[in-house]
Amino acid sequence: MLRLEKLEKRYRTGDLALKSVDLEVPDGQIMALIGPSGAGKSTLIRCINRLVEPTGGKVSLSGLELTGLGAGQLRRARRRMGMIFQEYALVERLTVMENVLSGRLGYVGFWRSYFRKFPQSDVDEAFRLLGRVGLDHMVDKRADELSGGQRQRVGICRALAQDPELLLVDEPTASLDPKTSRQIMRLVCELCKERGLSAIINIHDVMLAQMFAERIVGLKLGEIVYDGPPDGLTADVLTEIYGEEDWEATIRKVEDEGEEDGEALDAALKHDHQAAILDRDRMAGNT
Amino acid sequence: MADLASAAGRRWHKPPLIKSPLLRWGLGLGVALYLAFAFGTTEVNWERVADGIPRGVRFISAFFPPDFVSRWDEIVDGIAESLWMTVISTVVGIALSVPIGLGAARNLAPRPVYYFCRGVLAVSRSFQEIIIAIFCVKLFGFGPFAGFVTLSFATIGFYGKLLAEDIEDMDPAQAEAVRATGAGWFQWLNYAVQPQVLPRMIGLGLYRLDINFRESAVVGIVGAGGIGATLTTAFDRYEFGSAAAILLIIIAIVMAVEYTSGYVRKWVQ
Repeated sequence: MLRLEKLEKRYRTGDLALKSVDLEVPDGQIMALIGPSGAGKSTLIRCINRLVEPTGGKVSLSGLELTGLGAGQLRRARRRMGMIFQEYALVERLTVMENVLSGRLGYVGFWRSYFRKFPQSDVDEAFRLLGRVGLDHMVDKRADELSGGQRQRVGICRALAQDPELLLVDEPTASLDPKTSRQIMRLVCELCKERGLSAIINIHDVMLAQMFAERIVGLKLGEIVYDGPPDGLTADVLTEIYGEEDWEATIRKVEDEGEEDGEALDAALKHDHQAAILDRDRMAGNT
Repeated sequence: MADLASAAGRRWHKPPLIKSPLLRWGLGLGVALYLAFAFGTTEVNWERVADGIPRGVRFISAFFPPDFVSRWDEIVDGIAESLWMTVISTVVGIALSVPIGLGAARNLAPRPVYYFCRGVLAVSRSFQEIIIAIFCVKLFGFGPFAGFVTLSFATIGFYGKLLAEDIEDMDPAQAEAVRATGAGWFQWLNYAVQPQVLPRMIGLGLYRLDINFRESAVVGIVGAGGIGATLTTAFDRYEFGSAAAILLIIIAIVMAVEYTSGYVRKWVQ
């Protein structure tokens, strides 16, 4: 379980990005974090693995307080938190396999990683993950040769290679087309379910958040203004989070999403088992 | 609608680079005045220029035909010494400039280390090779060792600065992603920083090799060994044929390095 207590971040410019945020994410829960640009979503998830250093409050993961850790302990703790990034953040000149194996860096020594001599079990797991997302035929391609959706799948493999208990996902679909966005969100959620991971997903797209998350947290100017189930996002709530706007279209689309997106894709959502297989074939085949 | 109508015929100019008209015109006038005075006070003695032209022609014609034969052994020795100096000073210089370059990258190093390394780079860059060479010849005596130290020192300034700047320009997202996996600092360097800067640094290494070879000819003139020493000796003995041969060989080697480095750079991208 992840627990944030009175988490606060003030940037050196004086901007208060997070104002005393309290939040608990139980094991296995997929939580979407929505809110306008500048609400502090990115800061929040970066304060969890301390890519951004919080200026106040506590973060603890399964009882371990992360905020007080020294450099070495922090590195060990980061292994337990996989992160998936906006614009993929793959190391472009490394191969797909090197990118996935970089998820194991926290577990192997420097020289092993330098000579790319990872333990066979790590390599096996990397192949298994790449197979799961349909990219096992692209192992030795350089990351910058892949399409956006493929890159994000490599990013997912890298995060999962860490064998994490929590996924921190920062705008995973920000630069993807609508169809790929859904595939990626579905993949992240399926993999979380398979492995019993909890996840915090920062996302701009309210509809995607409602489709895939079990719980939605709305952040506005560094404060939580909504915390509840996806269908609790009424026009009033959205106005509270984002400000005045006509929200009818956003809300209606979610309700009859089955008819509007009649593609095999979304039918598959309802038959989860088939979907996994279908998805894998499709991803391996035509992307 | 009213807005659209009133917008018709509205004039637009590109905003000027310098907003204040006083400063803009003042600067222009100042530059023009300075140039006028500078040219006005440049003394050119046209008679001497005219006298110099035939002398120059005689000097250049003395280079022909180039004489590869009579001093061939000295030339070979000089070239070999220069190549030796070039290669090891490039290797040693780059090896030393990597830690300094890492320390001089603002996004990597803590402030005190950053300032110290930037200081080293600034010192190395502020002196021309000749000045360092004169100093090294005084320190270590005549010969290629002085040249080797000179070129290594100059390489640190060049390579370290460009490495630091390349690291500062890297994509922070890739670096952040590798850090988030729990990688150690050296692993992070190896996985996140090195792949981003390596192709450019290989290209620059070859470029520096090329520069060092040319400089090895120059530092020889002040006594730091290499082909430069052979070249000055030839001039001192008025053996312009041999000097021409040496110059042609230098040109050929520089061109060879140039083409190879261009090819290698394309290949590593």
